[in-house]
Amino acid sequence: MASRIEVGFKNGIRDALGEKVKKRIIDNLSLPVEKISTVEVYTVTGDLTKDELKEAASGPLSDSVIQNFSINIPLAGNFDWLIEVGFRPGVTDNVGKTAREAIELLLGSNIGQRKIGVYTSRQYRICGEITKNDVEKIASGLLANDLIERYQIVSKTDFNFACGMPVYIPQVSGKAEVTVEEINLTAAGIDELLKISKDRILALNLTEMKAMRDYFRNKKTLDTRKKMGLGESITDVELECLAQTWSEHCKHKIFNSLINYTDGKKKKIIDSLFKTYIKDSTTKIRKAKGRKDFCLSVFVDNAGIIKFNDDFNLVFKVETHNSPSALDPYGGALTGIVGVNRDPFGTGIGAKLIFNTDVFCFASPFHKKKLPPRILHPRRIYEGVREGVEHGGNKSGIPTVNGSIVFDERFLGKPLVYCGTASIMPARIKGKTTHEKEIKSRDLIVMTGGRIGKDGIHGATFSSEELHEGSPVTAVQIGDPITQKKMTDFLLIARDRGLYRAITDNGAGGLSSSVGEMATYSGGCELDLTHAPLKYPGLQPWEILISEAQERMTLAVDPKKIKQFLELAKKMDVEATVLGRFTDSGNFHVLFGGQTVACLDMEFLHAGVPQMTLTAKWKQPKNRKPHFAPPPDLGKALLKMLSRLNICSKESVVRQYDHEVQGGSVIKPLVGAENDGPSDAAIIRPILDSMEGVVVAHGICPRYSDIDTYHMTACAMDEAIRNAVAVGADLDHLAGLDNFCWCDPVKSVKTPDGEYKLAQLVRANMAIYDYTTAFGVPCISGKDSMKNDYQIGKTKISIPPTLLFSVIGKIKDVRKAITMDAKRPQDLVYIIGETKEELGGSEWFALQKVIGNNAPQVIAAKAIKIYRALHKAMQSGIIASCHDCSDGGLAIALAETAFAGGLGMNIDLNFVPYRGKKRNDYILFSETASRFVVTVHPEDKRKFEKIMAGNITRGIGLVTSDGLFQVTGLGGKLIIKEKISKLKDAWQKPLNF
Amino acid sequence: MPRKVKAIVLTGNGTNCEMEMAQACKLSGADVVDIVHISELLYGERRLEDYSFLNLPGGFLDGDDLGSAKAGTNRFLHAHITGHKEMLFAQLLKFINAGKLILGVCNGFQLMIKLGLLPALDDNYGRQSTTLTHNDSGRFEDRWVYLKTNTQSPCIYTKGVDILYLPVRHGEGKFIPESSSILQQVEKKNLFAFQYCQKNGLPTIDYPANPNGSINAIAGICNESGRLFGLMPHPEAYLYRTNHPRWTREKLPEEGQGLTIFRNAIKFIRSKKF
Repeated sequence: MASRIEVGFKNGIRDALGEKVKKRIIDNLSLPVEKISTVEVYTVTGDLTKDELKEAASGPLSDSVIQNFSINIPLAGNFDWLIEVGFRPGVTDNVGKTAREAIELLLGSNIGQRKIGVYTSRQYRICGEITKNDVEKIASGLLANDLIERYQIVSKTDFNFACGMPVYIPQVSGKAEVTVEEINLTAAGIDELLKISKDRILALNLTEMKAMRDYFRNKKTLDTRKKMGLGESITDVELECLAQTWSEHCKHKIFNSLINYTDGKKKKIIDSLFKTYIKDSTTKIRKAKGRKDFCLSVFVDNAGIIKFNDDFNLVFKVETHNSPSALDPYGGALTGIVGVNRDPFGTGIGAKLIFNTDVFCFASPFHKKKLPPRILHPRRIYEGVREGVEHGGNKSGIPTVNGSIVFDERFLGKPLVYCGTASIMPARIKGKTTHEKEIKSRDLIVMTGGRIGKDGIHGATFSSEELHEGSPVTAVQIGDPITQKKMTDFLLIARDRGLYRAITDNGAGGLSSSVGEMATYSGGCELDLTHAPLKYPGLQPWEILISEAQERMTLAVDPKKIKQFLELAKKMDVEATVLGRFTDSGNFHVLFGGQTVACLDMEFLHAGVPQMTLTAKWKQPKNRKPHFAPPPDLGKALLKMLSRLNICSKESVVRQYDHEVQGGSVIKPLVGAENDGPSDAAIIRPILDSMEGVVVAHGICPRYSDIDTYHMTACAMDEAIRNAVAVGADLDHLAGLDNFCWCDPVKSVKTPDGEYKLAQLVRANMAIYDYTTAFGVPCISGKDSMKNDYQIGKTKISIPPTLLFSVIGKIKDVRKAITMDAKRPQDLVYIIGETKEELGGSEWFALQKVIGNNAPQVIAAKAIKIYRALHKAMQSGIIASCHDCSDGGLAIALAETAFAGGLGMNIDLNFVPYRGKKRNDYILFSETASRFVVTVHPEDKRKFEKIMAGNITRGIGLVTSDGLFQVTGLGGKLIIKEKISKLKDAWQKPLNF
Repeated sequence: MPRKVKAIVLTGNGTNCEMEMAQACKLSGADVVDIVHISELLYGERRLEDYSFLNLPGGFLDGDDLGSAKAGTNRFLHAHITGHKEMLFAQLLKFINAGKLILGVCNGFQLMIKLGLLPALDDNYGRQSTTLTHNDSGRFEDRWVYLKTNTQSPCIYTKGVDILYLPVRHGEGKFIPESSSILQQVEKKNLFAFQYCQKNGLPTIDYPANPNGSINAIAGICNESGRLFGLMPHPEAYLYRTNHPRWTREKLPEEGQGLTIFRNAIKFIRSKKF
């Protein structure tokens, strides 16, 4: 029999969660609720006695100082409505798991043969005069996500005060018999092939289905199959495995396609964007750097590896988790961060995680229009994603040091959730280099960490499609950072003791992908799914193979070391299971219950996917020319600009992330006199005994895509590099990561403008090549997410093409680092770099509701000169503050520098080196790239100007102590005079919730 | 010859500040600093009695899923040492009774509170009489706060400290005593070693200087001997000048001021009083 334990706060104890929910209901739904009390509910199965239940309730499950509990009767309390929210069967319940383990430990040997289960739910007891309809709105619109949670609503009059809510156990039921289905492809026609792909969510096109069919028509294939005891038909295990491996998500088919590109004048045939523009640029840069090349492993492993110093290597990877976050923002983002953690952790021989980054793209949280079906309100996505990354990062003990939030209406269709993680590894362990993988035939396949469930099935194929009516629920997962932390604690010890040979993560495609990729090192594998630890019975072999259940790593272990490996795992309370062995048979061979259920040729599996041929046609868009007069009150304009979502402070989000755990924090995301100015980049010291630092920064500017993705990309790259340089990074030791999020660029009935969108992708790649090589900043890793569209019925929303460019670099001595806040009155204010009339796609134009046509263009040669000179000035210790000019241009950079330093500023625009139509608003808000605002103590003036000689550098004013931000315009009239407190207030308010 | 100081930093099941806590012990001059996974204690491979200074670092024991450090407390109370009759908690009590030092930071403080190691009025170890719960803001926050030292406190860790500036990084740091009589005793015996204060040193209950709404602005408490001490802010997060959020604009000593807490502990162990 199951029992219910309810835990609530004693009278007089503040219910902070209840208050937070109340505030959200009032803010988001405008409903008049007076009070909300929360009650935690533990539904316990396993026939515990009354005394045992009491022991559990009064022990681990409640805190006697502040809480009451009740067993099998409801907790007393007043309310008008009660909502209870619990998980649906099979959804990860981390609290339930922890409660079960706690009860098991509590009972000790008294537990006997009993099997304990704990399922959690939460009650929200609402006081307030609201209708059932309102309560429904609260439950479905705020508290529960129907995809993963169920809720019950009871009114005070209907509530049974004697028995309370009925017991409900969200157990996965039904023990389906194990079946391996066979599908005959050989005889299938075109329609049938397409139907198979669609019905099974394989996301494969006709050519790919045909390639599969041809493989099964091949005599050699059939001979091998016969030997293995397989028939002529493909098994569902093989079909699903191929679909995962060949998915856009895993194989990057668009990036590797053959593209006929034309820009209207010239034509070009591109055989793989990835190879032509990304991989080849890195090769070229490494060659040019010669002995100074710091790259160690690029594009081959889970993440890129560069040298940090002679003894340590740095690893960095950025991923996206857009589609899952659209469906379940909390679970999607949580899984995004703990998921990307496993990439750099499972790179080379394995590396310790040292920081996270996060960049989100949302629609306005103040969105007022009606929402299309299946789209969650952007405010809900914002808060859910924020909380997911908070739990994922904080609970894993990894500081979240850098990020941003970008807003555009079109991210309503799909939010973008970029999560990045870096790690550090000794350059050698026991004399062996650590950045490469090696696996020998006969090494054992071992899986560690979490168990396998139905969660995350079809994640890889699902993210290779647009969000549609039938998007699968199982694609949503909830991560468990503590299970993962326990596993990584264990694996780092196992690594240092040399207990395993190779490691990789289980991400998209699950075992199918992790074992499949590792098997390429030895030349084959024999995987027995019978041994796979499951969360609950009833999984079919194909589900076990492709499940994306979280917190799992796959390892290759020398049979001689397996005993030690498993013993250490057991001791450290980490599940580890041998699932087979690596071979050199040339086959990806899978068994279940002694029977072969899949046997695919390795070559076919990994290289058999046919190359797509696509057409890309570029046509320069002609946006409406802006016609608006310069506003009479530029002070007011500045206040408005500071309040724009893309410019305003993101402090409320940043504060909720632990950005200094691990003790190496040097430049935090928030800096300045009141610890609240916006940092350009982050610096940490991963080795506490050393003053060498890691610099991380990023650039992102999707608005310029409305003009030309070439310049969008160039600007994002320049912004990332400029941000890193602004805090003191050395340009010669910077590596980049490219993360493309595109809307579907393949022309089809659904996407008639596919050729233009593909041309946008081509141009972005051309910029990657041109600017990585120009700056000497090689890409070491990257990722693309190509189907960021929403289509249900006639509504189609495509995101603006978005490139996130992240950089990781080095600063030799962190004590030379610079922050962006003005330091002292009387310091001189300089602008570095020429300002041009480049307002196309700018925040200023966006405020006037125009796009324009002149997006900023990056002139790399000039930028490099500036970056090197500035770095030299920083090294000689004569820069007081440095802030990059980006969104909102010079005016925003100046205002931020002033109010972050708690100081005023007097600026004269007549001194600003400027080219273009003479307008004060243009000079203030143009977003020309490669510019900085720098302050310098007067005594360092000469030295500074000498170092900067040959670069456009001009003194434009002074830092003042009066707390006033004053700007003299062209012609000498004072055009802005505002208190910095007022400017800061305008900047801080919008997202302060 | 001065007494050797052996420090143990306990990890596992979600702790995450062990590296910097060990670094703090090392920089303060401890002779031995071992980061020990709790399984090593539970398997009897290492024993607490071999150390004189136990560090319980911050983190999220078992994800704080049942409330901060609740499941961790349950483990400490009910876990056996494999192959021995001894319980882990008995080993811990022995350590305390030997007059040795325990420092709990953040999650480690929450653990000490919920295990009843603090304030442990009348040396009644194991009875929880206060708690640390959700911040009034209902959110986790990372922000630096000023702490005012209670100079009357027996706390051996805060000697010579007046005002300290450290980061808090928690969602459950609000100190609440079980009753007003417990609070009275904590105050009478000066067990509150640190209070959240304004820049000028005035204790405050106002957010954000008091980041969680702690009763009487209490940020850290000790036991009556002053040898057991727990606090929500992180002294191990401020070991270097460059950890300070305003190091690029203020004149600061090269050494981080959080180190004082650890130096005091080690000085005490080397002293005759130990």
